[in-house]
Amino acid sequence: MAVKVLIPTPLRSYTGKNDIVVLEGTTVGEVMNHLTTTHSGLRKHLYSDDGKLRNFVNVYVNDEDIRYLQKENTPVTEKDVISIIPSIAGGKGEKT
Amino acid sequence: MINIDTDILEQINKLAQQAYAEECCGVLLGKDDGSAKHVLEIIVLPNSKEDERERRYLISPEQYKAAESVANKKKLEIIGLYHSHPDHAARPSGFDLEHALPYWSYLIVAVEGGKPKAVTSWVLKDDRSRFDEEKLVVIKQKVEYHRAE
Repeated sequence: MAVKVLIPTPLRSYTGKNDIVVLEGTTVGEVMNHLTTTHSGLRKHLYSDDGKLRNFVNVYVNDEDIRYLQKENTPVTEKDVISIIPSIAGGKGEKT
Repeated sequence: MINIDTDILEQINKLAQQAYAEECCGVLLGKDDGSAKHVLEIIVLPNSKEDERERRYLISPEQYKAAESVANKKKLEIIGLYHSHPDHAARPSGFDLEHALPYWSYLIVAVEGGKPKAVTSWVLKDDRSRFDEEKLVVIKQKVEYHRAE
């Protein structure tokens, strides 16, 4: 089943500058796995070394965060759109 | 390399000053011609971090989606972010590195005792090992200014 994935600006250099890629899969996890095998440079930015989604990477199915659905087991169909949405964090770090 | 208008830079400095001793944050909108990024507008965002705003900032997914929608309508790209470091150097921290994404320019304003000082811009290395400082060129060009909700 082909599902659309929306790619945020900073990751488009890994998808040939495409903002939308279409990938096979019946769950979010399957589609994300195809995404990071097809566009392998993405993996280190989306997943930490232990294979978990980085905490600032949010994956939505349509308008729902998969953390509140079935996480990476969330089923998807051709009608769904998966979006990768960063939450952007930073700061000087140390207490002063 | 990133080009920024002197008026936009002044605006960011003022925002950093107003937010002191907390960190300010926002989005850089513009274009990338392949050889340089050009900041054409900024979107000022409230720091969504609920605590420790004196050393942390957060742009939520909802804020990001709204900013991307503004960028699309204006046919511009989110080319980077700005934030301030109150009483701290204009250099990215380990926390900045841990949470960074590639390609974007991370513009940092050091604010010492409430006064904006050094401004630098940084880009994450592809292997995520560190940031590289990029050349920041201050120029004069036509600007627009947008404030998000």
